Order: sequence, then structure tokens, then C-alpha cells
Amino acid sequence: MVAAAEAITYPAAGAGLDVENVSHAFDIDGAALPVLQEVNLVIEPGEFVALLGPSGCGKSTLLRLVAGLERPRSGVLREDETRITAPNPSRVVVFQDPTLFPWRPVWDNVALGLEAQGILKHHRQRVDDALELVGLSTFRNAYPHQLSGGMAQRAALARALVNDPKILILDEPLGKLDSLTRITMQAELVALWQRKGFTTLLVTHDAEEALVLANRVIVLSERPARIKADIAVERPYPRHRGDPYLAGLRRQILGLLGLEATW
Amino acid sequence: MSTYSLSETGAGPPETATQGLRDFLRVSGPGVAASAAWVAFGLSCLLWEDVGDWSRTHSLGIGAFVVAAVVLLGTFSADYLGGAGRALRIRAPWLLALGLYFALWEVATAKFAWLPLPFFPPPQAIIEVYTDDLPKLFDSVFASVKLQLGGYLIGAALGFITGVSIGWSRRVGYWVHPVLRFIGPLPATAWLPIAFFTFPSSWSASTFLIALATGFPVTVLTWSGVASVSSAYYDVARTLGAKPSFLVLKVAIPAALPHVFVGLFMGLGSSFAVLVVAEMIGVKAGLGWYLQWAQGWAAYANMYAALIVMSLLCSGAITLLFWTRDRLLVWQKGVVKW
Ligand SMILES: Nc1ncnc2c1ncn2[C@@H]1O[C@H](COP(=O)(O)OP(=O)(O)OP(=O)(O)O)[C@@H](O)[C@H]1O
Ligand SMILES: [Mg+2]
Repeated sequence: MVAAAEAITYPAAGAGLDVENVSHAFDIDGAALPVLQEVNLVIEPGEFVALLGPSGCGKSTLLRLVAGLERPRSGVLREDETRITAPNPSRVVVFQDPTLFPWRPVWDNVALGLEAQGILKHHRQRVDDALELVGLSTFRNAYPHQLSGGMAQRAALARALVNDPKILILDEPLGKLDSLTRITMQAELVALWQRKGFTTLLVTHDAEEALVLANRVIVLSERPARIKADIAVERPYPRHRGDPYLAGLRRQILGLLGLEATW
Repeated sequence: MSTYSLSETGAGPPETATQGLRDFLRVSGPGVAASAAWVAFGLSCLLWEDVGDWSRTHSLGIGAFVVAAVVLLGTFSADYLGGAGRALRIRAPWLLALGLYFALWEVATAKFAWLPLPFFPPPQAIIEVYTDDLPKLFDSVFASVKLQLGGYLIGAALGFITGVSIGWSRRVGYWVHPVLRFIGPLPATAWLPIAFFTFPSSWSASTFLIALATGFPVTVLTWSGVASVSSAYYDVARTLGAKPSFLVLKVAIPAALPHVFVGLFMGLGSSFAVLVVAEMIGVKAGLGWYLQWAQGWAAYANMYAALIVMSLLCSGAITLLFWTRDRLLVWQKGVVKW
């Protein structure tokens, strides 16, 4: 990985992200369904931010806006000082569904970004390294229908990482993994983030995962999503799951999500 | 599969011997019966005099005995023949049925004329066509294949390009879609009279008609394939830096390929129909023309012979198409075997 890192074309440091007064809505049966309402969020370069919120509140929608796949109804998003108007490989998304291309073997799926940007020829090693990282080296020639759900998600993660993004956008990327693989992948993610310094925006439904990984946890309200709380997690890595400080924060977050009774 | 060999079953105690016999019958019985059926076919050729004048009856009978001998030998040595032996065992029931069918056919036509004669020629009459009229048949096959291949390839290529264009570009769709709706459903054969006097040669007219018959289903299915590609694939590719050309060539087309092959398959079927009609009406060559010519001379054996060749060619073309598809679409699970 180190040798490959020297050949990288993107500067391996994170970018800042600025979400300014962003509102968004969808038209369903002619009526507008407001999904995001005046969301304001400033993320410093290299931060690891987790987004938590009820199902259907608009987390994935916010990520699509950040990725540039959609334009907000109002408000502005910026990567560093540049306005986001279209997708760019400096902001790579791991979608909630792995959406691997079924006609490509795993290796070719992971190589997708490099191929699309026309730089695959000189960076084949990066694909191998990314597969190694997610533990799929032996499945490089398998087709997606031959993978388990968790393996497919790991392949999707490798497909994003291989591009060395400045902002890594993760939509519940570890949702389908078993708890053991999940813990391993969380540790890998933190290690990778620390080494590369990209900015990370992670959507998760798991408060504990957010607290173990992120240095900032944003809690969103019910749809239309507004920012309900912005919690700094001031603890060094690697973090301990049983840490009473984290347990306190977890209680606070679950309270914000209206789950006090079950805690 | 039997684990006994012949010598072992003979040497065992009585119970094992009957058991061995039963095993032997289960494994080799159909092969032996198939061989007997072909002997019956051979005998049916030689036992009675022909009611008509056919020159290949004797050779046909000998040929049937040869088949019977090969089947019998193959059945006994199937264990040592590997894949061929296994294939023979699997096909033994079919060989049995075929032998009986040929014997019946022989008796019903050449020997007792239970079926009215000029319309139902015996097997030896058809064999006679293959041996005596081979050059003409061969020329016809060559002409048909050439015409079909040219028209089909042109139609498939144009249909594919049109389908991708309408599936991808709304503006192309705006202009092409109405034309497609208006012209597409028209059977290509309806163009036949016009095509034959507007085109400079009957060959180019037929190529046009075959291309038309192929192009319509290929266009529509390619288009629907491209249109139904999940937008999630485009999202993934776009966030990874894909340009529009990449989205078309590396996302839309591979994702639409299963649909394209359905279109190619349908196009093949309708182009066969056009080919035969075009050859019968305009082109003075090819299997369709051969059929027409044979009918003119009331040469029914020639018609059956040509039909058999035609069916082999069509089936072969479809086999080739499915083979190609299986190579290209290995990533799909559960593809239909042809
Ligand atoms: N393309 C679309 N067209 C119409 N409505 C949409 C569209 N995408 C999302 N929505 C609506 O926007 C709302 C928010 O969807 P979103 O996918 O952002 O939720 P989410 O917070 O990611 O939920 P989950 O945690 O279940 O993934 C939902 O009510 C959904 O119905
Ligand atoms: Mg979501």
C-alpha cells in the first residue's frame, strides 16, 4: 500500500465540506415531500463525521447531494471552496446497496473507478492492494452473484478506497456484515482514515459504531431532517467499546433519537 | 452405474448371478434393444421387394446393420469408452425409438405403400437425393447461408446501434420511435413486392428484407434493455468519475446484453421465414428455391431432403447464438440451455 501511495495522483489529504442552508424535497404524486430542511454543516478537512437519524429521515439524500448526484432545491454545498454541482472522483460513495456490476468479476468491479478515469494501466497494484485490504484477494475472479452479502459490501468498500478519495462517503457500509467482520472492518477503516487523512462522512444506524469511529456525531431529526445535535467525541483511537465516556454519549444519542425507554 | 464387470457377474453364486443379470439389463438393456431395433430396420429394407424403383435400398439395409453393430459393440464396451460410452448409454432410448420409427417408415412406404406414395417417399429415396443431387443441394446451402448471414449481420448491427441510441438519447428516441412504431410491426415479407423492383438485384432486395426482419426485434429489445438499466449503476459509475462514453459502453451496453440476445434470437427466427420466402419468390438460388423447384417437379424426396438440411442449418444457427451468449453472459445465473 505504501509503494502504491507514492504513485497516487490525488493529494492524499482530506477536503473540507461546507453544507450551507440546504433544503431538499421530492415530488411524490404531485405533492412535494420535504426531506431536508435548512441543514447547515461545516466539516473540517480530515474529520470523521457520523450521521445518525431515524429511518427515512433523509440521510441517504444528504449523501447524494454531497456526492453531487443531485442538486439541492435550495442552499449550497462546497468541497473546499468549490461548489458541488456534479459527481467527482474526489468524493467517492459507498452506497447502502453494494450495487456491484454483475457482469464484472470482483477485480474488475474494484478497478471500475481507475478504469473510468483512464488511469488503470498504471495503477493495477492499487486494485490488488484494495482487495487485500478487504480480504477478498482469493475472490478476485468471482462474479458478484457468487459472493455473500457481506463479501459484496466489502467489495464495494474496496471499489471506493482504490480511488484514494478526499472525501469518503459511506452509507451504512458495514450494515450487512456479521459482528466479527464488522469490528475488524471498523478498525481497518479507522486505521486507513488515520493513515490517509481523507474526510469521512458515515451514515450508520448504530450509535455504538458512530461513537467508536467518528470524532463528531451529528444526530438528525425525523423527516424533514434538521440537525438536532452535533456531538464531539473527544477520545483517542483505538477506542474501547466499554468506555464509560462513550456509554454516556450513547445514552444521550439514543435519548435524542427517542429511545430512552429501551436503553 | 454398475460397479460389476461382466466376468465377475458370471462367476458369482446364483443370487448374485441373477442380481448381476438385472444390473446388466438395467445398464445395457436399452443399448441392446436399440441395436435390435436397427437390425429390424435393416431387415425391413431387405426382406421384401420395393414397390417402387429405388437404388439405395440394399445399401440402406447394410447401413442399418452397421449402425446396429456399432451400437451393440459400444454398449458392451461403454465402460471403456469414457465420454462416448456414457453418451451412447444416455442416447440409447432415442436410438431405439429412431430404429423402430425408421423400420415402420420403411415398411409403410417402400414395402406395402400404406402411405400414398409420391407424397411420402421412403428413407432410401431421401438418401438417394443426398448421394445423387449433392452438388445442387450444396450450392443451395451455400447460397442460403451467404444471404442469411449477410442480411442478419447487417440487421443485427443496425438494430443494436439504433436500440442503444434510442435507449440512451431522448432526442434520437423522439425521431426514431414513431418511425419504429409505424414500420416495425409490418411483417418484412410485406415489403417483398416493392423491394424486388426498387432494389437493383434480387440479392440486395433479399438482404434488405432479412436485415429488416432481424433489425426490428433487435432494436426494440436493445432499447428496452438499455432503458431498464438500474440508475444505481449509473450513480456508482458517475461518482467514480465515468464520462458519458463510459456510461454507454461499459455500463448501459453490458447491462442490456441479456435483452439484446433475446432480440437476436427473435430476429433469427423471423429472418429465417423471410429468407425462405424471398428465395422462393425472387432469388433463383438457395434452399427455399430448391424446395420450390422440387415441388415443380413433384420431387417429394428432394423436398424432404431439403427440409431436413434446412432444419439442421436453422438449429445450428440457434445453437451458435446460444453458445455465444453463454460465453458472453457467464456472469448470469440460470441461463437457459438450448
Ligand atoms: N428518488 C426519490 N424520489 C422520491 N422520494 C424519495 C427519493 N429518494 C428518497 N425519497 C424519500 O426521501 C425520504 C428520505 O429518504 P432517504 O433514502 O434519504 O432516507 P434515509 O435516511 O437514508 O433512510 P434509511 O436509514 O432507511 O436508509 C424518504 O421518505 C423517501 O421516501
Ligand atoms: Mg439510507
